[in-house]
Amino acid sequence: MPSSPIISVTSLSKTYASGYKALDNVNLEIQPGEIFALLGPNGAGKTTLINIICGIVNPTEGKVLASGHDVIKDYRQARSKIGLVPQELTTDMFEKVWHTVNFSRGIFGKAPNKSHIEKTLKQLSLWHKKDSRIMALSGGMKRRVMIAKALSHEPQILFLDEPTAGVDVELRRDMWDMVRELRKTGVTIILTTHYIEEAEEMADRIGVINKGKITLVEDKAVLMKRLGKKKLTLQLQNPLKDIPKSLASYELELSKNGTEISHVYDVQSEHTGIADLMNKLRNEKIEVKDLQTEQSSLEEIFVSLVHS
Amino acid sequence: MNFYAIRAIFGYELSRFWRTLMQSLITPVISTSLYFIVFGSAIGSHMAQMEGVGFSAFIVPGLIMLSVLTQSISNGSFGIYMPRFSGTIYEVLSAPISSIEIVLGYVGAAATKSIILGLIILATARFFVAFSILHPIWMLGFLILTSITFCLLGFIIGIWADGFEKLQIVPMMIVTPLTFLGGSFYSINMLPPFWQKVTLFNPVVYLVNGFRWSFYGQSDVSVELSLGMTALFMVACLVVISIIFKTGYRIKT
Repeated sequence: MPSSPIISVTSLSKTYASGYKALDNVNLEIQPGEIFALLGPNGAGKTTLINIICGIVNPTEGKVLASGHDVIKDYRQARSKIGLVPQELTTDMFEKVWHTVNFSRGIFGKAPNKSHIEKTLKQLSLWHKKDSRIMALSGGMKRRVMIAKALSHEPQILFLDEPTAGVDVELRRDMWDMVRELRKTGVTIILTTHYIEEAEEMADRIGVINKGKITLVEDKAVLMKRLGKKKLTLQLQNPLKDIPKSLASYELELSKNGTEISHVYDVQSEHTGIADLMNKLRNEKIEVKDLQTEQSSLEEIFVSLVHS
Repeated sequence: MNFYAIRAIFGYELSRFWRTLMQSLITPVISTSLYFIVFGSAIGSHMAQMEGVGFSAFIVPGLIMLSVLTQSISNGSFGIYMPRFSGTIYEVLSAPISSIEIVLGYVGAAATKSIILGLIILATARFFVAFSILHPIWMLGFLILTSITFCLLGFIIGIWADGFEKLQIVPMMIVTPLTFLGGSFYSINMLPPFWQKVTLFNPVVYLVNGFRWSFYGQSDVSVELSLGMTALFMVACLVVISIIFKTGYRIKT
């Protein structure tokens, strides 16, 4: 029996005073303990959705439950379960790391707990910087401070809004490891990202939002299998001048001076035609030296969804 | 009630106060000391007594009020404006904290700073002028009431302001002139009858007079009226703040 969702968004809409409709009848459920990636182009409504769940923006219509609590009527219970790492590095730059993280714990109504803050700072490799002013830290360190602040009150749900924006590759990989570690502790993680690689690397499920509407929510593996195309590349023993007429129906592409043939096919279709293609190549006396297949990336899937 | 949150905001704001000690405490103390030297010691020695009190001593409550009023507005407005300006307000808005608790944290801290400042200026004044306090409890009561009321006004300004210029306009263009024209340095009985009546529309008159009464037992308006007007102003500020939180004005979209 599936567990009840930790986040439940029902018929959520948001129209700003300017008349701009940022969210349009959004329905979404996030399961406890999962990593959910919300993908969407700029202005799609990702941050508005997060801000409504966290209580920063008022919804125009609809209902949001966090851990079973209405985020408006029962805001104290709901918000105490949520940690938010915003997109921007917004913190008091003159404050020291230790103070700002303790402030976050206090404002979320938790009694001071030095050992938890120490553990969090150590987990994020910030312990040696605890007495440093935030303005003296690097961009990556500042981002870690934001995460430490969000984790200071031991939330069950963590929102990461563009967590690795402007972060170098090495640090990005560190962040991913950290997110995986957090998930092991039972924290549900919802991240928005522009980096498809990030979603592909970490998420269990993926939601795509575009123009304020959720256009797709799917298990990542299923999504890639369902929507993915595969590319078969054949390296030939002898170069070809042209594709033989008998193979015209396969829409093959000849490259690398005729030594390579590529064929894109749908992994979902009942007959991929690969076996027939190989037979016909043999009939045409075309010898294959090597072959490889390549699954289309999430990025290609995302682009096709957003522009469809 | 989320006491930890109130304590967190309160402590955070006070730590900013100590961090910016020069700006928040030493500067107003120095400028007030200069007032005492110029108006009190230098000019005051050539002035006649006012309502039976030497001029130097007469201006002490007014000068304390001048600093407390401007600093209360400054503290109250900066406390809430800075998180809005820097974007850190997201943390307050996403925390399990009510609007009353937010006000208690920010305004409580701002008022505490103003009260500390007022008491330090009072102590500083003793170096320049000899004076006595007839009703010390009332003096403290007026100081606390005034600090809270003007910190509430500052809080409103901090939410209303969308730039540093607006943040400075109200204290500089409205409060300082009202304080100077509110009988800080003179008795309003010295004014022509018409201007005496006009002056009664200035809320600072009641603050200064109530405060002065607690020092010397004398005031231009009755102490009950002073207390009532200050309380009324405080209630008006609380009503405006409750409307701000109800509508989300300039805080929540």
